[in-house]
Amino acid sequence: MGTFIGKPIKRREDARFLKGAGRYTDDIKLPKMTQSAFVRSPYAHAKIVRIDTTNARNMAGVVAIYTAEDGCGEYGVPCGWQVNFKNGETMREPKHPLLAKDKIRHLGEAVAIVIAETLEQARDAAEMVEVDYEPLPAVTDPQKAMDSGAPLVHDEWPDNAAFDWCIGNDRAEVEAALASAHHVTEMEYRNQRLAPNAIEPRSYIADYDVNAGKWTLYTSTQNPHLIRLLLCAFVLGIPEHKVRVLSYDVGGGFGSKIYHYTEEALLTWVSKEIGRPVKWTSDRSEAFLTDAHGRDHVVKSKMGFDKDGKIVAHLTDEYCALGAYLSTFAPAVPTYLHGTLFQGVYTTPLIHLNVTAPFTHTVAVDAYRGAGRPEATYLLERIISKAAKEMNMDPAEIRFKNFIPPFDGVNEPGYQTQVALQYDSGNYEAVLKRGLEMLGYEEFRKEQEEARRNGKLLGVGISTYIEGCGIAPSAVVGSLGARAGLYEVGAVRVQPTGKVSVFTGTHSHGQGHETVFAQFVADKLGIDMADVEIEHGDTDQVAFGMGTYGSRSLAVGGSAIIKSVEKVLEKGAKIAAHKLEAAEEDLEYAEGKWTVKGTDKSVSFGDVSLTAYVPHDYPEGLEPGLDFSSFYDPTNFTYPFGTHIAVVEVDSDTGKVHLKRFLACDDVGNVMNPMIVDGQIQGGVVQGVGQALLEEVVYDEVGQMLSGSYMEYAMPRADDVPMIETDRTVTPCPHNPLGVKGAGEAGAIGSTPAVVNAVVDALSHLGVTDIQMPLTPQRVWKAMHA
Amino acid sequence: MNISITINGKLVTHDIEPRISLSHFLREHLDLTGTHIGCDTSGCGACTVTLDGQAVKSCTVLAVQADGSEVTTIEGMAQGDQMHPIQEAFREHHGLQCGFCTPGMVMTAADILKNNPNPTEEEIRHGLEGNFCRCTGYHNIVKSIQHAAEQMKA
Ligand code: FES
Ligand code: FES
Repeated sequence: MGTFIGKPIKRREDARFLKGAGRYTDDIKLPKMTQSAFVRSPYAHAKIVRIDTTNARNMAGVVAIYTAEDGCGEYGVPCGWQVNFKNGETMREPKHPLLAKDKIRHLGEAVAIVIAETLEQARDAAEMVEVDYEPLPAVTDPQKAMDSGAPLVHDEWPDNAAFDWCIGNDRAEVEAALASAHHVTEMEYRNQRLAPNAIEPRSYIADYDVNAGKWTLYTSTQNPHLIRLLLCAFVLGIPEHKVRVLSYDVGGGFGSKIYHYTEEALLTWVSKEIGRPVKWTSDRSEAFLTDAHGRDHVVKSKMGFDKDGKIVAHLTDEYCALGAYLSTFAPAVPTYLHGTLFQGVYTTPLIHLNVTAPFTHTVAVDAYRGAGRPEATYLLERIISKAAKEMNMDPAEIRFKNFIPPFDGVNEPGYQTQVALQYDSGNYEAVLKRGLEMLGYEEFRKEQEEARRNGKLLGVGISTYIEGCGIAPSAVVGSLGARAGLYEVGAVRVQPTGKVSVFTGTHSHGQGHETVFAQFVADKLGIDMADVEIEHGDTDQVAFGMGTYGSRSLAVGGSAIIKSVEKVLEKGAKIAAHKLEAAEEDLEYAEGKWTVKGTDKSVSFGDVSLTAYVPHDYPEGLEPGLDFSSFYDPTNFTYPFGTHIAVVEVDSDTGKVHLKRFLACDDVGNVMNPMIVDGQIQGGVVQGVGQALLEEVVYDEVGQMLSGSYMEYAMPRADDVPMIETDRTVTPCPHNPLGVKGAGEAGAIGSTPAVVNAVVDALSHLGVTDIQMPLTPQRVWKAMHA
Repeated sequence: MNISITINGKLVTHDIEPRISLSHFLREHLDLTGTHIGCDTSGCGACTVTLDGQAVKSCTVLAVQADGSEVTTIEGMAQGDQMHPIQEAFREHHGLQCGFCTPGMVMTAADILKNNPNPTEEEIRHGLEGNFCRCTGYHNIVKSIQHAAEQMKA
């Protein structure tokens, strides 16, 4: 701990949010700004026969209307990750046009954009655009999409597969081990499709300045630089240095605001055409139809055990939906962010995962909080609990039996998995022990027995997860198909007065970077937090960074900043030595000043800063200034882990699940601000509970969405969940300077299987072994009465 | 149509289209952008304001319906630099992350505490039922409101 590191410092971003003074994109109004509305397809799959905009153009306030005919961004929006077929064939990569031309491939695909003076006028005119469609049969289920004769999403290929992929040991070897296993547990289910639902809908304003020949794009993104690059170099072919992307306050992302969406490119194009700023803010219905979704895997899995309950082999086949077009990181999610976590926290010697990833007549599926890792964790944690029941073992006992033994990555090497990764450090037994202690597991089992005798359905579920954060190094992710690097940039600009501006390429949309980053910078420099300001979300201010997702900001972005802090101190020491007429080796730095060891001669950080910018009496040959920028490319991922435990009671009459307690003991490495880490865990847990009990995007047979509003798509509300009891162990990351791992996704990864395990446990004496998520009262009741 | 509403203590008179919602009126015509739109269909609570002392979802109230009424938005909660005890409590207990649901949460909390100065955890959760937060898992929002209740009694 330092003065600030490790302390629950209150957030400096809060005051503006609490006063209603946040600056979200939709809050911004520019002079002469126009508004826009989209004309979207009411069909999932259709031919566009005719578009007539004549009547719409004559409506009051209409400035312009564009369709694909107008030639906007003909290259379309690109995909940022390439996963090829197992046989070496290249990934099938369709063009993703900004406006549909000839054919519709998912419900809500945009056909035209209407620009008007006011939003009401734009919407009114959009309704007057006439489009004739010829509806075609659609396929929305990833497994059915691979049936022969399934409707094709893209006619240029003979079937719907974008790619297939496998990872792990030789399939035949895994099958043989399963054939000779003492016991085999099987599962078949769907990891259902989810809508991320950040409460702030996506919003964009594009502003072309005719005189300067420059664009400003205000956008609700997690990822400003990548948006600029994709927009300029791939979609519109405009010069990158003429575009400024700004994302001030962003109201939650959870993955859905990582991607480069067609709307932001189209608005950028439109703004130049009309020579005025143009805004579009999604409404909630459009968000359901057009924000990238998460999950949607159809899973078939087998896990083999020896007679002691040790896992001997694991084989899984999955169909993973990609949607109609490939979203920015979509191919990575069911593959490298998913299959690589199939080791879990267990010593499983043989693993094989096969993934078939088809196009479907739905909106794209991409990373959603956890991205591939929740799906892997759900499978592992459900199947091992199911196996325990089948083998008459306690679910905690079977886990203890299979855990990878503790290793710190310093004295012991990292743990090499069967699925490509090397874990950095871990102590999985410790978090499970602590989790059981938090609950009072033995006591609970007695209470449960008693409750059962009284006809009450009480259950406990355990999940012991691991996840991979801050994916890197760039060369490795490049070899896995990423078309981007995954380093981060961090600059420290010391002002002449010793005040410090920090520039980070990560982006904060709820995580509290402005506070946390200032905490460790102030500590490392030995200055007051008030003297440190964190800047992000402006591509004109910050060098090319990679944004925030995958719980990477502190582990990767924080490390880049630390590198710059070190450079500041190194140069500062040279200036201090000159001022103190001492040798650099004789100086020590603490509490914001350099002191000649063993004396009271010292010079402050502020004095050195001023000298750097007023270099009159200055070391010879040294450049003026105290301003450094660094790029940090990690040597490995980080691997947080933890134990989540859910206690539920099921209403025997209605099947309604009541989540009574939720306990989480997580290990995210060193903790900079425990208040914020706990908040991240609590929020993540509840999102995971949402998947377990409430949430599902449902498309019907023809590709209509049956869950397109808050009336049908249920998310956790305050009275659906209890307080989330948290604790932690600390196993530092051995390979980054702060020893941090990442906390943004852990909650959502660990919690879902804990809840489902608890419900199945509550009903196990009724013969229930599995229930399809979400565990709605109807499904639970049916399972109880099957 | 001509309407007059007292908003955060100031009388505002405007000529507006009858179909304009109160939330839209506040944001687009008065630049009071602290009132957020998360769904526009009364599902999320981000747009909550008080209308004659009662919490309402301003996306489902027409501005003309508020004619002659008193409206308080999030911008009307703090007295200059002095935040309202509920706002203070949210800050103290990390009751917000991205901040988007926050104005609605604070306004709803004010309503809960006005009607019930000593709410139980269950009553608070019940009172928040109409407000989504996708970030916090509600844990710290509930704690913030509990803390605010204590402060406001003191
Ligand atoms: S915007 Fe009014 S309830 Fe969602
Ligand atoms: S703080 Fe982000 S939605 Fe509540």
